[in-house]
Amino acid sequence: MSTKSILEVKNLHAGFGSTEVVKGVSLSAQYHTVTAIIGPSGCGKSTFIRCLNRLHEETSGAFANGQVWLENTDIYAKNVDPVSIRRKVGMVFQKPNAFPSMSIFDNVVAGLRLAGVKRHSILKEIVEQSLISAALWHEVKDKLNAPGTSLSGGQQQRLCIARALAVEPTVLLMDEPTSALDPISTAKIEELMTELRKKVTIIIVTHNMQQAARISDQTAFFLSGDLIEFGETSQVFTAPKMDQTERYITGRFG
Amino acid sequence: MSNFRLRKRARREIHLGDLVFSYFLRALSFGLALLLAVIGFFLFRGAFASISRYGWSFVTESVWDPVQEVFGSAPVLYGTLVSSLIAVSIAAPLSVAIALFLNEVVPPKIGKTIGFLVEMLAAIPSVVYGLWGIFVLAPWLRTRIEPILAQDLGWIPIFSGPYYGVGMLAAGLILSIMIIPTVFSISREIFKTIPTAQREAALALGATRWEMMKISILGSSKSGIGGAIILGLGRALGETMAVTMVIGNRAEISASLLAPAQTMASVIANEYAEATSDIHLSALIEIGFLLFVVTFIINAFARLFILRETKS
Repeated sequence: MSTKSILEVKNLHAGFGSTEVVKGVSLSAQYHTVTAIIGPSGCGKSTFIRCLNRLHEETSGAFANGQVWLENTDIYAKNVDPVSIRRKVGMVFQKPNAFPSMSIFDNVVAGLRLAGVKRHSILKEIVEQSLISAALWHEVKDKLNAPGTSLSGGQQQRLCIARALAVEPTVLLMDEPTSALDPISTAKIEELMTELRKKVTIIIVTHNMQQAARISDQTAFFLSGDLIEFGETSQVFTAPKMDQTERYITGRFG
Repeated sequence: MSNFRLRKRARREIHLGDLVFSYFLRALSFGLALLLAVIGFFLFRGAFASISRYGWSFVTESVWDPVQEVFGSAPVLYGTLVSSLIAVSIAAPLSVAIALFLNEVVPPKIGKTIGFLVEMLAAIPSVVYGLWGIFVLAPWLRTRIEPILAQDLGWIPIFSGPYYGVGMLAAGLILSIMIIPTVFSISREIFKTIPTAQREAALALGATRWEMMKISILGSSKSGIGGAIILGLGRALGETMAVTMVIGNRAEISASLLAPAQTMASVIANEYAEATSDIHLSALIEIGFLLFVVTFIINAFARLFILRETKS
């Protein structure tokens, strides 16, 4: 990888208590690319991605060490406030998790309000932009005051994407964002990702290998906490270098 | 008997057992509902003489004189209401804060241990709280707190007049401690039903821990907390022994919280054994009837609130 990376992970170890789940992973991602992380259940891919915005450490008993460079900051350096990192690294979760007590509008601006933005005119503009970016605007523009949880599952997931985008993150983490959705909603979100990469660097964990092949520029294959193979998506899927990768993508194990 | 018939008989016996058990449970649950209605009915019947003689003046008049057979329960209604409100306004924020702290801030193990201890407050007998109130709380109020309140804040009506240690303030304080376990444990149960995904949603947006609690926890459990508080209020309204021991038992309406007062429950506890005339007894039963109705309604409301929250 010769071009400058936005995200560079060096020798990251993470786990819970005495169990190591991520065993010394190093990888990097360039600006405006989509990186897919694939691997069987329990291989540490979710834990890995949760280390990238320091959310992993919020679970009791969790540990993480190593270096994660976000542009010019090592987010695991001692003087770094995880709260400020999470404002630069957005996250979309496996299941839509809109705030049930908030309207669609309030959900989208939740992050901005936390950052101290109060002017209604600004908030209104960002709500529109974010919902357009998340391909949800036309479906909800007439009911911004309805509760966020009144939307369908697929719409709620796009609402969560809009909420993450509203604070203009530089990196967007997606932890199996379509695994709880039907095929049509999945297709919409995949389509959306190819648009979003123009603005933001995406790291996506997915169980669905066709999805990884369709949307990502590079793919990382994890197995039992180790990074087995990392490279251009076309190369990983058509000519994997490692035997384990080939066995996994051809469905022979995992 | 053949094997086949044996099995058939066994099956029939199992069915019979199920049937008997189901009827037994049905009878029990209907019986309990019936018991509630019967208690209400007997209270009403016992209070009937007083209800027909005094009518509405029973709750509007403020003279309570068993010797002259004048019964106005306004002072005890007032005493019950005010002491309970003091208790709730202290216990509610405290209990919710403890529940938040133990559920969201400290490690689960410590949270569980301390939570258990807080809940054990409910296991202390009411009369023990009363003794503590008489020997510790009331003297402490009389010598340390109330002189300061009377001197510096005496111009506010609620802190005016002479002070004795025992009185409305002492009753409110002791009640507040007694209802903390109720409000705390229900609030914590509600917080526990909030999925981790909600907390992570806020954290991932760059919320601090306190902001996360405001958005994800408090934001979505308002009506449940409301229910927990009302349930605590229900407990405070009916609490008898400890209150009777520290409230001073004077059936007068006074604006000052330092003055002695009396509650519905404490007037019954104090006078029931000595009530000689039928009308005095009936008046006391009417107070019991009123207390029964009010706490029943309040508890029903609280359960509805909580049910709505934990369902969604």
